[in-house]
Amino acid sequence: MRSVVGPRIALIIYLVALMLPVYWLINLSLRTNADIMSGMALWPHHPTLEKYRAIFEDRTWVHAFGVSLTYVAINTVISVTVALPAAYAFNRYHFIGDKHLFFWLLTNLMAPSAVFALPFFNLFYAVGLFDTVWAVALAHCLFNVPLAVWILEGFVGGVPREIDETAAIDGYSFPRFFIKLFLPLIANGIGVTAFFCFMFSWVEQLLATTLTSANALPFAAVMTRSYSASGMDWALLSAAGVLTMVPGAVVIWFVRNHIAKGFALGRV
Amino acid sequence: MTRITLDGIAHAYTRQPRSEKDYALRPLHHVWEQGMAYALLGPSGCGKTTLLNIISGLIIPSEGRLLFDDRDVTRLPTEQRNIAQVFQFPVIYDTMTVAENLAFPLRNRKMPAAAITARVAEIAAMLELTADLKRRARGLTADAKQKISLGRGLVRSDVSAVLFDEPLTVIDPALKWELRSKLKAVHRALDLLMIYVTHDQTEALTFADRVVVMNEGQAVQIGTPEELFEKPDHTFVGYFIGSPGMNFLPARVDGNRAYAGGGEIVLGAGYPALSEAVRIGVRPDFVTLTPGAGLKVQVRRVDDFGRKRLAHVSLGGVPLVATIPADMQSVGTEANVSFDAAHVLVYQNEVRVEGIAA
Amino acid sequence: MMDKPTNNRAWFFVLPVLALVLFSSIVPMMTVVNYSVQDSMGVNNFFWNGDAWFRDLLDPTSEIGARFAGALMRTFAFSAAALAVEVPLGIAVALCLPRRGWAVGLSLVVTALPMLIPWNVVGMMWQIFARQDIGLFGAVLTGIGLPYNVTQDPVSAWITIVVIDVWHWTPMVILLSYAGLRAIPDAYYQAARIDGASRWAVFVNIELPKLQKVLVIAVLLRFMQTFMIYTEPVVVTGGGPGNATTFLSIDLVKIAIGQVDVGSAAAMSLVYYIIILTACWIFFTVMTQLDRRRDT
Repeated sequence: MRSVVGPRIALIIYLVALMLPVYWLINLSLRTNADIMSGMALWPHHPTLEKYRAIFEDRTWVHAFGVSLTYVAINTVISVTVALPAAYAFNRYHFIGDKHLFFWLLTNLMAPSAVFALPFFNLFYAVGLFDTVWAVALAHCLFNVPLAVWILEGFVGGVPREIDETAAIDGYSFPRFFIKLFLPLIANGIGVTAFFCFMFSWVEQLLATTLTSANALPFAAVMTRSYSASGMDWALLSAAGVLTMVPGAVVIWFVRNHIAKGFALGRV
Repeated sequence: MTRITLDGIAHAYTRQPRSEKDYALRPLHHVWEQGMAYALLGPSGCGKTTLLNIISGLIIPSEGRLLFDDRDVTRLPTEQRNIAQVFQFPVIYDTMTVAENLAFPLRNRKMPAAAITARVAEIAAMLELTADLKRRARGLTADAKQKISLGRGLVRSDVSAVLFDEPLTVIDPALKWELRSKLKAVHRALDLLMIYVTHDQTEALTFADRVVVMNEGQAVQIGTPEELFEKPDHTFVGYFIGSPGMNFLPARVDGNRAYAGGGEIVLGAGYPALSEAVRIGVRPDFVTLTPGAGLKVQVRRVDDFGRKRLAHVSLGGVPLVATIPADMQSVGTEANVSFDAAHVLVYQNEVRVEGIAA
Repeated sequence: MMDKPTNNRAWFFVLPVLALVLFSSIVPMMTVVNYSVQDSMGVNNFFWNGDAWFRDLLDPTSEIGARFAGALMRTFAFSAAALAVEVPLGIAVALCLPRRGWAVGLSLVVTALPMLIPWNVVGMMWQIFARQDIGLFGAVLTGIGLPYNVTQDPVSAWITIVVIDVWHWTPMVILLSYAGLRAIPDAYYQAARIDGASRWAVFVNIELPKLQKVLVIAVLLRFMQTFMIYTEPVVVTGGGPGNATTFLSIDLVKIAIGQVDVGSAAAMSLVYYIIILTACWIFFTVMTQLDRRRDT
């Protein structure tokens, strides 16, 4: 085997550099504002969980955290559910306009949120969904549904067509075949797709903040608001920032062995 | 000029092998000579690929030494071993032309350009790739790609050995014959030590000067194709080589007579007293149905292969495959068989016992 | 590729997707188109304005035209700068990632983490990180004597935005490249060693050609995303100093919401969207071309 020492060192340097800003945020979140302003410290000398406690005791923050998780969950479920049959259709059949439709779906993946922010506001205001979790969940479908179709189509293609035919010969009705046999076969793919839907819905903030005001304001938006209001409470901001990383870190830990595979399909 | 010596080479994938079962390859002593073609033949999981990987340097054996001439290369990395290898699936460099692919191993070794061109032309001519030399390798068929892989394996004249890992798997059956005979011709022309891994006995027997038959991590016999056919050292070789395999009958041996299935069979040699698990082995080619004389058998089934016919018979309850002579018209439910004494071999505990006197 | 059976009933499978995406794309899009050809006199009082907004927008001598051209150039420059760093860096890191063992999962999780942070938090995090008084990055740069100041110096602001994007999105290039690398059979590496190829030759002759397809995806995805960048610069620089980091998205929101100049903003949205669609179309064409070449 070739020497792996050089690449290992390079990798460690990269990963450390990557984690530095995150570490810095954690560092600040464990200190008090007075401590932060009094000078640089590479690690918290008097670590305190005061700010985390403050966030957990404040109903606005807790509510907003729940709101964020809710619309992300709704969006993920909707995206994966509607994308499954579509991915199957795109992979298994030719039908009139299939290629154009697929291309058109992909174009939505590329739609800049800034272009859609204002019309979305008008639309959801008109239909009375403004400032609900549904507004954000539906708006995020704009890019997450095409994404889910795209990823799942690759996984569907990984299942040999003979399985469909065998099931038909064995007398399975289509819905029973699809749910009982087919879905378990692409379970990994569904997991990977759900992960990516979660990720893009969780990180998107422009639409999420445009479409909400008080009731359904996402966690990260509450943060921005308190940022301008409270006059630089650095420690509180840092603690809130650290908390926004937790769901992502948890989810990615569960799919860690499948991420590379999801990417391997040349998707996302 | 290289001779490869396997000095007690053995390999276990587990850290601490306890029993023989833990060994993917059991201790093996052998010398492979320059200019010869060897085939490693056996079913999947018999250890032939492990042995090949030990020679190529992908695996460091857990026991024993590997010598190229007198140089111990057991722990040397692949690139310092001076070998060439052709893989099961074509490995080509997509972005290069056929000529560049063939020249690649030589260029990396800083051979003069003129010499490279000459050698590439020579190898391309042997493999009938001359017309494609200027084409991009990417667009070619699987056969042509595998020919390029073969060519890259053969292009260096200074290699210690060329290893082939089931190189004809992806090739169309019709082209297999052609490529195989081409390889044979190339081998004669180039005077290289070649080691060829396969599970296909026809491939092994037509290509190799010596065949190493492997089973369960053990080299059960090393010999010429004739030896494997005529005198299998182990019942496994008898079964595995030839189609169908050798007949084995539980027997009692007394001097130059064997008693099996209620009949007496004359042997080509005398044998000492044998006690346990004695069987006699005889190839279907040397058991013949006869019109009159011989042992009485029941005919179960007749297979007609056109060129030859085989009868599946029962000798006192023991199944046996026998040849039907070309001049015998019809076969009834009962017949007689005769054994060719010189080709009836005796096995004890699966291993062949040498006869002592005629 | 096998031939797929033709079955127009497959449309029923696609209908839910179609309905959902139509709802969230066509309706807002029509609103934009509507705005782009009208002008308003006060609230809800619109009249036909033809292509005036577009003519203004695409005329670099007009005020809005100059502004649009400037933002467009800055956006292209930003995309180019980000790609120039992220693609080579991503490939290099992917080459360093372990292929097997316990370190694989851990390295991948750490690598992917930045992508899972909400975009405004990324901005906030870097805003703090880049400050000279309480941020490590800013403090170190100032400490070694560089004239670093995000809010005052355009060069600093630019570098910071590019560094943020590199930090945030190189992981995507890494993961894509890593997946591509893992798909290369071991026999290729073994063959290259036997052929005496150098590390560089292995990279150029084996790894790079096999990565071609994922790299096309990586480059185009990164191009789209950098082209649409909004949240991070808004939080970190607010588009400044001056308009040094005012990219298209930012300008669009400024015009639409800040100045309530809906007509210009809508026309700008459409032109912007058409640029992205063109890129998307090129991407799609290149991809299918590559697929076809692979099949032959």
